[in-house]
Amino acid sequence: MDQISAEGTQDRMQRLVAVRPRLVSFARLQLRDLARAEDAVQEAIEAAIEKDDTFAGRSGYETWVFGILKYKILDALRAQRREGWWQPLDEELDEAAIDRQFQKNGRWEQEARPSNWGNPETTLHSERFWQVFDLCLTALPDTAARVFSLRELMGLSAEDICRETGLKQNNCWVILHRARLRLRACIERDWLTEKA
Amino acid sequence: MMFKMMMCKEATHLMSKQLDIPLTFQEKLSLKLHLAMCGACTQCNQQFHLLHETGKHYERLIEQGAGTLPGGGGNNN
Repeated sequence: MDQISAEGTQDRMQRLVAVRPRLVSFARLQLRDLARAEDAVQEAIEAAIEKDDTFAGRSGYETWVFGILKYKILDALRAQRREGWWQPLDEELDEAAIDRQFQKNGRWEQEARPSNWGNPETTLHSERFWQVFDLCLTALPDTAARVFSLRELMGLSAEDICRETGLKQNNCWVILHRARLRLRACIERDWLTEKA
Repeated sequence: MMFKMMMCKEATHLMSKQLDIPLTFQEKLSLKLHLAMCGACTQCNQQFHLLHETGKHYERLIEQGAGTLPGGGGNNN
């Protein structure tokens, strides 16, 4: 290896160390377990080092590693399913939690009426918002949290989610709808009350 | 066909659905009409869109590299 490419490799190793905590946070939201999240990140990092030659010279190193991690997370999810760690439920029994937000006639309950979260850009840059988002996503029922994360954090299509989870397509929509309603209610309760 | 106003619960179903697959013309129209008249649902719609942005935001955070995620890096289950 010549001097220049050795330096490039060393620089990338440092960047791996630097980005690792963020990768673990992301993987933990999806896998719902710290040890498994750390394993998935470890595998992604090892794969990145192993394939370092194929990256050399291109831009967006962290994005490239993130792409590898997403594959590793899907592998880990499949393993969780095989081991019975995660049983995707076609019928999430959390209708009651949603019904609390609405009156019988389908209108919002007074105390559940969504309020203004302010400027979206400001919100997404608020550290407190991300703390609350993390807590609320973690608190969701297992299937709801995983389906939501597959869709919104991993960017999978509904078709892919059905394949990964074995859920029927229609149930995916129902689960996503309920997950979003529960998340928004939880975030609003924890975040806005503190802000006020 | 009798036109029946959609209620908030049903409207949130369409708000969610539109983030995953395109709505039919009829669904789009019903949702638009409901949102035009319902402030609470308009807020809900914006909140769903914000939740829909969280993935892109993670992507950006990871591109930036170092450090823990705002809020996400610390304790866990």
